[in-house]
Amino acid sequence: MSARQPIDQFAASLPGDRRSSVLGSCQAATSKRLTALADDFAHADDLRRLAARIKQHTLDHLDTYLEAATARLEEQGVKVHFASEAEEARSLIHQILAERGAKRIVKAKSMVTEEIHLNDYLIDRGLECLETDLGEFIIQIDGDIPSHIIRPITHKNRREIAQSFEREGLGAYNDDPEVITRRARVHLRDRYMKSQAGITGANFVCADSGRIVLVTNEGNSRFSMAPNPLHIAVVGIEKIIPRDRDLGVFLNLLARSATGQRLTVYTEFLRGPKAPGQPSGPEEMHVVFLDNGRSRILGSDCREILRCIRCGACQNVCPVYRQASGHAYRSTYGGPIGAVLTPLLAGDDFAAFADLPKASSLCGACREVCPVDIPIPDMLLKLRHQAHDAGIRSPGAPPMAPFAELATRPVIWRGAMTLSRAANLVPTQLLPVPALQSWLKLRTLPHWRGGEFRQWMATRKKP
Amino acid sequence: MSLAAAPTKPVSHRVLLMATCLCDAFFPEAAQATVQVLESAGCEVLFPQDQTCCGQPAFNSGDFSASRRVARHTETVFAGELPVIVPSGSCAAMHMHGNAIQFEREPDAARFDDLGRRTWELCDFLVHGLGLTSWPGSFPHRIALHHSCHTRGSGTRSAMQTLLESIDGLTLVPFAQEDQCCGFGGTFSVSFPHVSGSMGTLKLDHALKETPEFMTSADLSCLMHLSGLADRQNRPFKILHVAQILLASLPR
Repeated sequence: MSARQPIDQFAASLPGDRRSSVLGSCQAATSKRLTALADDFAHADDLRRLAARIKQHTLDHLDTYLEAATARLEEQGVKVHFASEAEEARSLIHQILAERGAKRIVKAKSMVTEEIHLNDYLIDRGLECLETDLGEFIIQIDGDIPSHIIRPITHKNRREIAQSFEREGLGAYNDDPEVITRRARVHLRDRYMKSQAGITGANFVCADSGRIVLVTNEGNSRFSMAPNPLHIAVVGIEKIIPRDRDLGVFLNLLARSATGQRLTVYTEFLRGPKAPGQPSGPEEMHVVFLDNGRSRILGSDCREILRCIRCGACQNVCPVYRQASGHAYRSTYGGPIGAVLTPLLAGDDFAAFADLPKASSLCGACREVCPVDIPIPDMLLKLRHQAHDAGIRSPGAPPMAPFAELATRPVIWRGAMTLSRAANLVPTQLLPVPALQSWLKLRTLPHWRGGEFRQWMATRKKP
Repeated sequence: MSLAAAPTKPVSHRVLLMATCLCDAFFPEAAQATVQVLESAGCEVLFPQDQTCCGQPAFNSGDFSASRRVARHTETVFAGELPVIVPSGSCAAMHMHGNAIQFEREPDAARFDDLGRRTWELCDFLVHGLGLTSWPGSFPHRIALHHSCHTRGSGTRSAMQTLLESIDGLTLVPFAQEDQCCGFGGTFSVSFPHVSGSMGTLKLDHALKETPEFMTSADLSCLMHLSGLADRQNRPFKILHVAQILLASLPR
């Protein structure tokens, strides 16, 4: 096993300009979020806690709400499916498309379809599956993966993007963001019109109305649906909220937390396929509810993580994410949310991602900004404990049993404190303690002064 | 379960001092200053000799069985009803929050709830326990105040601000991205050396740009990390625990 943590290694190998761009965009997003919330809400923390309670309540009664949402959706003519695993969801979606002969598919941005790697699956089966969110489109033409929930290309600069566009035949090199956007729009517009099916995610599903809510800034989800006859929404089962009126809490928090906007440019409310007399819209609508480990998480002591509404605020504020970037986390979800969610979603593969919860100084900034008040640091600790209990070794971490021995024997502790002063007499670089040497590479250590305070306390004259 | 919403904490002028292992090993002046500051506020300070550490290094590593052993020892040492005063937001948070996580399913959980309820970070105790609204004396220096991460959501932040701002001549120097972590994080600093070092260097960049004379904090662990980094980078950087400023400010 390597002597260094993979995320630390990844961060160390990150080119400087990439690191600065991640750092800068994260700091900017963090400031915008703070302003957007403070400007409109005197007690933003109360709003976060209210949102947490609504989501937690829904999760605590998820079976009931899932049933209610399904019944409403079906009443409105939506075909509802359940997939317990990624493979089941992928083949189900493929089957729906194949049965209708849909070969040209446009996709709106959706983390859950990233999670189940839907694009690759459909493309491998001969379908054309085009991402229409600008960021995701760039990710797709580069064969890359998103590095942030909201800003998937936060690790790229505009010169790289301009080169990709040139390579893909989308015009001569031009790194003006406006030109890039215009070219993508022209390219995508044509594909929308020729598409045969649209796939989206969902930000919320209201159980009382069977209403599906989608938020975007580019309007691409609307475009993905309008011109074609078939719409499939892929939805994690944790996306349900009880009532339409709860949207007042969540929409207010989501855009502010994610992008510092009061509201995203487009908010779409869908209630089933095209109604008779409606001029456009899909004639057929499917919702695929995905479990993929969520029921298992619901039964664990980290169930609060399912409150997440995918705003990315924890990624923006996280000092480790800022240094390492999203790709360091080797999964769809990076940063604090990923450090918890990825090992949990991994199930039997937990050991492969047991290092992720270590990638935190436990600074608690993520919890402070979380719109649904998820106690992320507590979960990082629980997962570290789980990894330790499973005997998974962690590179670079000193063993703690000797520390516990020492710290439960006060006489020996006091003796060791006094003896520690002897360490001042030898060059610390020579002491064979790996943790100490790792410290000393970047920092000096103060002089050992063990026992001095105790001596002072015992011998001083009290005032 | 925010720290601010903790149940009512006991106040008494007879207090137990938990000096912390860092003061024990490296920073005797900070522990001495804590004693003298408490005494100047009219407290009798008792120092249980058998104290060692709160157990946080093992807890943060996920080795709960090791950290519970240490926590059980500490709970025995600080048994009783007196308030436990700690010159560290981090060790205080271990008592007020960390133990609740690792003892959740343990038969003796209630003892740790009680220890957490009795534990105060020093400044929080002075302001929200003893009810001080200002601190006497003067300390004519420019101070960068680093809010340590474990004081998020606790009474310590406002308490430090109240005390330091009331001292004659003391200027608090704001700096960029104050809310970001210093990068210490205990064993994190040795298992993620690159990220930890970069975080600390950023903190130094932001703070030193404003040319403070000292940086202070409720936590020596952050200050030790930052001054160790500054020293390696040959950047002049002086640290004082907040108790040392409070002591130095007192009229003689």
